Amino acid sequence: MSTIQMPVPDAGIIAQKPQIVAALQAVLPADAVISDPAETRAYECDALTAYRCPPLAVVLPRTTEEVAAAMRICHDMGVPVVPRGAGTSLAGGALPTADSVVIATLRLREVLEIDTSNRFVRVQTGVTNLSVSGELAPLGFFYAPDPSSQLACTIAGNIAMNSGGAHCLKYGVTTNNLLGVRMVLASGEIVEIGGPLPGAAGLDLLGLICGSEGQLGIVTEATLRILPRPEGARPMLIGFDSAEVAGECVARIIRSGLLPVAIEYMDDVCLRAVEGFARAGYPDCAAVLIVEVEGSEAEIAEQTERIRAIAAALHPVEFRSSRNDDESLAIWKGRKSAFGAMGRLGDYLCLDGTVPVSKLPFTLRRIGELSREHGLEVANVFHAGDGNMHPLILFDANKPGDLERAEAFGRDILRLCVEVGGCLTGEHGVGIEKRDLMSAQYGPDDMAIQMEVKSALDPRWLLNPAKVFPLDASQPWREGTAR
Amino acid sequence: MMAPASEAELAALVADHHGRAAPLWLAGGGTRLRLPQAAALSTRALSGVVTYEPGELTLIARAGTPVAEIEALLASQGQALAFEPMDHRAILGTTGAPTVGGVVAANVSGPRRVLAGACRDHLLGVRFVDGRGRVIRNGGRVMKNVTGMDLGRLVAGSFGTLAVLTEVALKTLPLPEAQETLAFPGLDAAQAVALFSAALATPFEVSGAAFHAGTAWLRIEGLAAQVAYRRARLTALLRDHTPEVLDAAASRALWQGLRDVAHFAGEGALWRILVKPTDAPATAAALARLGGNASLDWGGGLIWYRGPGEPAQVRQAAGAGLAMLLRPSGDAPPLFPAEPPGVAAISAALRRTFDPAGILNPGLMEG
Repeated sequence: MSTIQMPVPDAGIIAQKPQIVAALQAVLPADAVISDPAETRAYECDALTAYRCPPLAVVLPRTTEEVAAAMRICHDMGVPVVPRGAGTSLAGGALPTADSVVIATLRLREVLEIDTSNRFVRVQTGVTNLSVSGELAPLGFFYAPDPSSQLACTIAGNIAMNSGGAHCLKYGVTTNNLLGVRMVLASGEIVEIGGPLPGAAGLDLLGLICGSEGQLGIVTEATLRILPRPEGARPMLIGFDSAEVAGECVARIIRSGLLPVAIEYMDDVCLRAVEGFARAGYPDCAAVLIVEVEGSEAEIAEQTERIRAIAAALHPVEFRSSRNDDESLAIWKGRKSAFGAMGRLGDYLCLDGTVPVSKLPFTLRRIGELSREHGLEVANVFHAGDGNMHPLILFDANKPGDLERAEAFGRDILRLCVEVGGCLTGEHGVGIEKRDLMSAQYGPDDMAIQMEVKSALDPRWLLNPAKVFPLDASQPWREGTAR
Repeated sequence: MMAPASEAELAALVADHHGRAAPLWLAGGGTRLRLPQAAALSTRALSGVVTYEPGELTLIARAGTPVAEIEALLASQGQALAFEPMDHRAILGTTGAPTVGGVVAANVSGPRRVLAGACRDHLLGVRFVDGRGRVIRNGGRVMKNVTGMDLGRLVAGSFGTLAVLTEVALKTLPLPEAQETLAFPGLDAAQAVALFSAALATPFEVSGAAFHAGTAWLRIEGLAAQVAYRRARLTALLRDHTPEVLDAAASRALWQGLRDVAHFAGEGALWRILVKPTDAPATAAALARLGGNASLDWGGGLIWYRGPGEPAQVRQAAGAGLAMLLRPSGDAPPLFPAEPPGVAAISAALRRTFDPAGILNPGLMEG
């Protein structure tokens, strides 16, 4: 049925399951090792639910040392390890293989240190993204990256995938807010990298580790940069009768010297779905922008006025700015319920290619054409300020062949993103989903050096193998025949 | 000195050196380090802006493009490199033209790092030649990109020891419409850092927090009305002090000097020390006991120390901080801080990956 292949699992490892589980149980608490197939099934997939495979066993450690002990055993026995946070990856980043042990960070839940004088927090990485900001709120601080799964997703997963969110235009993504890690390498060795100092002694290893999709190690503790909470924030809603003009409005706002914290875009398909679902009172038009600015009341008013003037020159069908918290919630209501609303229309594939902002109108037009060619509807809802698109391809999972058609459509969209100067993935990661498209963006040497880097830290390719790189390209590395 | 005019020519040259395991000392404009040996290869002939899109906040330039050319181009559109790269010529007595490749290779950031992040935080993508002579592309030109491993940030700050940068893509940001600076005279380092911690915990986007010779400075930027508002709020918050207000012109001049550490220009050993900001007062006191002078930037996270002291003594004074001897007295090369053993092993493995023959600025970053 589905089109993404995984390597044939190693029968020798599967046959060794009793010995592997016994070795793990010997060094870990009884409740930290799961091997009953009825229970491992809970870990058979992440949020890319079309792909499922229960692992050999699941380990749920409570300390870095327990992660290291489990990793050492897997290393010594040659067992692949699939790191897992909360399992919210949309790219199959945490998809197990039948011959793998899943090591999940879920029980690493301690907040270790909050230091507002030096502006950092140190946490175990099983804490959820939202709970970090929750801990900081009474102190007037917050943690900036805010992926839309922030209620569930963990800091470990955020670091592995270099997660973004709606406010990246101003605050950056995870890699811009990560100061240090404690990490377990494939060998089971524990290393400390970075910390509250503004820089490294030597190479910038944090930059490499962040976004490496569990290929280099498992991060068990993290030092995160925290920021003072803005005095206030207010969104405005701008409706246009043309996608092209909405795109032009985004470029003009950015060129004007203003830096809104968020510029979100929703197209007509999405708007109609949202109206039917959330009744947010959005205009019925081709495109809606939600622009949020921050500061004091006076600062917000001035920025809002400037954006109103920029928008007015482009003749919007509606301009609505929020005057109070209720109106802010109303403006955000539709955007926040967009994915739920789309889910009501049927199954969907959510992509996240990024394009240069100036190419947004062309890309949207071309996606419309591809939609007609593939005979599947698509809705666009995305972070326009940074060009990070989220086309949602609607399909019917119960209809034979529909998933394959949706995946083919998705591949065309992602190739389009690369062609116009963008990339395959802005914040979800490659995982298995975009693995075989990597060659659309990178040449053989570009990929080879990335695989050599993985080999430098994980010479036996035990960590999350068969992800990120096309299977044929990674095969010699996974089988130990490269070089 | 060799200065190849194309990436292909540069790649062939590196491949040749790789084949012979011949060391290759390299530089951009040659302004940021005194290398142990004269540079044999410069990227300065790989020059020119490839793309600049103000509406996308994106600049792509070849590695040898002079920083001055880029800053002028961005300023013409009301934009800038928000990380405010420092110019090392005053403190090192070097004379070349700083290049954008050098900025990235040394991850050079200025006072605004405390708000906007370091050079590496603004890096969108790179092209480079690795130690075997392969041309590699990584990242791209868009702000959000998690496609594959992030090698750009790894190469940023590697001082030419992993690869030769040939092209960089950087995020640009709007120049603040207005700025001014609050000066707080008559403070010691402990009072200054306490002031910084208080100011940087506010939402008023303090974009500079530095201290030298008994005066602490806070820079405020933004829209004109915003600056006035932020000044009033900060002054009310820090009511134990009575600051002087420096207007935009005075503020600009002040921060350019602080950025370039002009107060420690000239000769004599100069150390660059990274610490946890609240450790800065104790570290500065320990350094003072060695007999020299210290200034602070980045809210206390960066200490500049000019004065006497053997490397071992300065490192001891730095405690948990990271001390780099950027300007040794005499003609000696710089001395980098040592990496902890576990980290050093990873770095060594990465160096073997990027540069198997160990030819690119060999041993430069060894502590």
